[in-house]
Amino acid sequence: MWEQIRSNQTRSAILVVWMGVLLLLLGYFLGLYFFGSGTGGLIFALILWIIMSLIAYFQGDNILLAMSRARKISHDDHPRLYNIVEEMKIASGLETMPSLYIVDDPAMNAFATGRDPQKASITVTSGLLQKLNRDELQGVIGHEMAHIKNRDVLLMAMCSVLLGTIVMLAWYASRFMIFGGMGGTRRSSSSGGGGLGQIIIIIVALVLMILAPLMAQLIYFAISRKREYLADASSALYTRYPDGLASALEKLAASTDQLRSANKATAPMYIVNPFRKQGMAATDLTSTHPPISERIRILRSMAGASFADYTTAYRKVRDTNEVLIPAAELTAAGTVALRAPQKEATEKPGEVQRARETSNLMWNLNKYNTITCDCGTKLRLPPRFRLPEVRCPHCGRINPV
Amino acid sequence: MIAVWIFIGVIVIVIITFVAIYNGLVRSRNQVKNAWAQIDVQLKRRHDLIPNLVETVKGYMKHERGTLEAVTKARTLAQQVASAGPGERGKVEGELSSALNRLLAVAERYPDLKASQNFLALQEELASTENKISFSRQFYNDAVLTYNNQTQMFPSNIIASMAGFKAGEFFEVTVAAEREAPKVSFT
Repeated sequence: MWEQIRSNQTRSAILVVWMGVLLLLLGYFLGLYFFGSGTGGLIFALILWIIMSLIAYFQGDNILLAMSRARKISHDDHPRLYNIVEEMKIASGLETMPSLYIVDDPAMNAFATGRDPQKASITVTSGLLQKLNRDELQGVIGHEMAHIKNRDVLLMAMCSVLLGTIVMLAWYASRFMIFGGMGGTRRSSSSGGGGLGQIIIIIVALVLMILAPLMAQLIYFAISRKREYLADASSALYTRYPDGLASALEKLAASTDQLRSANKATAPMYIVNPFRKQGMAATDLTSTHPPISERIRILRSMAGASFADYTTAYRKVRDTNEVLIPAAELTAAGTVALRAPQKEATEKPGEVQRARETSNLMWNLNKYNTITCDCGTKLRLPPRFRLPEVRCPHCGRINPV
Repeated sequence: MIAVWIFIGVIVIVIITFVAIYNGLVRSRNQVKNAWAQIDVQLKRRHDLIPNLVETVKGYMKHERGTLEAVTKARTLAQQVASAGPGERGKVEGELSSALNRLLAVAERYPDLKASQNFLALQEELASTENKISFSRQFYNDAVLTYNNQTQMFPSNIIASMAGFKAGEFFEVTVAAEREAPKVSFT
């Protein structure tokens, strides 16, 4: 029952194959249009795709982490967060502990990276640490852990590469067509081929150029949405407490901060879509992610914590008979009872204390030196501070550095 | 001639099935062992945290010697059976859990203690270890369930009994938390 959800994996794989077919078709007809050789275009598209996939496979997580300016942290930097990740690692049965990163951003979000469960990492924003209590944070981390455990990260990375290649090809082709690409057509017409065939090729190439990116995007969204539901279901199973994730999602939905370092390509990696209009709440505008309100309603109406309970709630809320999780998984899971909320989660540490913890963490990560004066004032010295002593601005005492 | 080939074919299929089922059983048994090792790590971690906790708390709670001694005693007992099976350890660790819960409940009445950074850090570690124990228990019990199903269901049960695969034991920690109210002493 803890094995990955295989039949869904194959269904996602079929969708990926469709995207690949779309790319090859696009390459073939663009090749026919520009160079008069379909196979040439096909090979060009294929090579482009392979190169980009290789980069994404070997360097994708580094690029993503660098782009979001994430900082690696250890147990002593933030014991609670580290412990929660370790708890979820144990609950999910993952063998290696993922590395932990933090992004200094008031927006609330989290994402998982890593091509396989042995080399995974989880990144959270400081805003998330500040505003979520222990149970909520556990729900979010459980969701990310599920992405790692179900190998969604690699699947989504490969999908976004495919999407990116299609968009790129279509974009460059359209520029060529507008700015003096017509010569290519004439050249190919001289190398034989009837007038009618030529027109058909042009039309197909044009239609593909416009439709392929759109269709690829639709497929992409279909895949990523399904993975989100599955990750929610797994998180509920790991934590045995779906209300934790639900209340975290409520807080995330209500927040209006926009993540500074996100962009369109990385959007599906996050727990909620970071790419939305400034000042607008992340409720139902999202397309890479299922509507948050729906995710919350499903989680809230779960009677137990098993996959079967999630499926029941999913069908009730969405009013469908869709097979989200294959029957074999459901019967194996049995009944799984919910647990009570953690006592300390509801009371302490309170939001003020969490905010203090998080800002301490960020100061320390930026290598600021903290000195506590006898009057209780905390002095933060930047890493470039070289003087041997410092005067407290509050009480005037001289403190040695 | 054909009959011979069919015979050979049947034998090959039987051998392949046998190997597959046997390997599946071994895999599940290793999964159970692994999961048990996880629990063991967390239980040890809890044992290691307790002396620290008792040291920290002692200075503040002068009048709670009984509660502190109960924790220390439960810990010693738990360490003595550290190599025993899941059933016995579950009972002893349950005692330790309830003794710890009582101590933490009593600690609520000492504002100085609750303000101590050291105590807060210890409390977080203890709460998290407690969580880790229950999460690893979840995982272990699920692994045992899968393994036991394999040893009892047809046709793998035949191979299991032939090769001596014994059913695994579930791990349950019975916490008698609210069985007795913590003694309040005014002196």
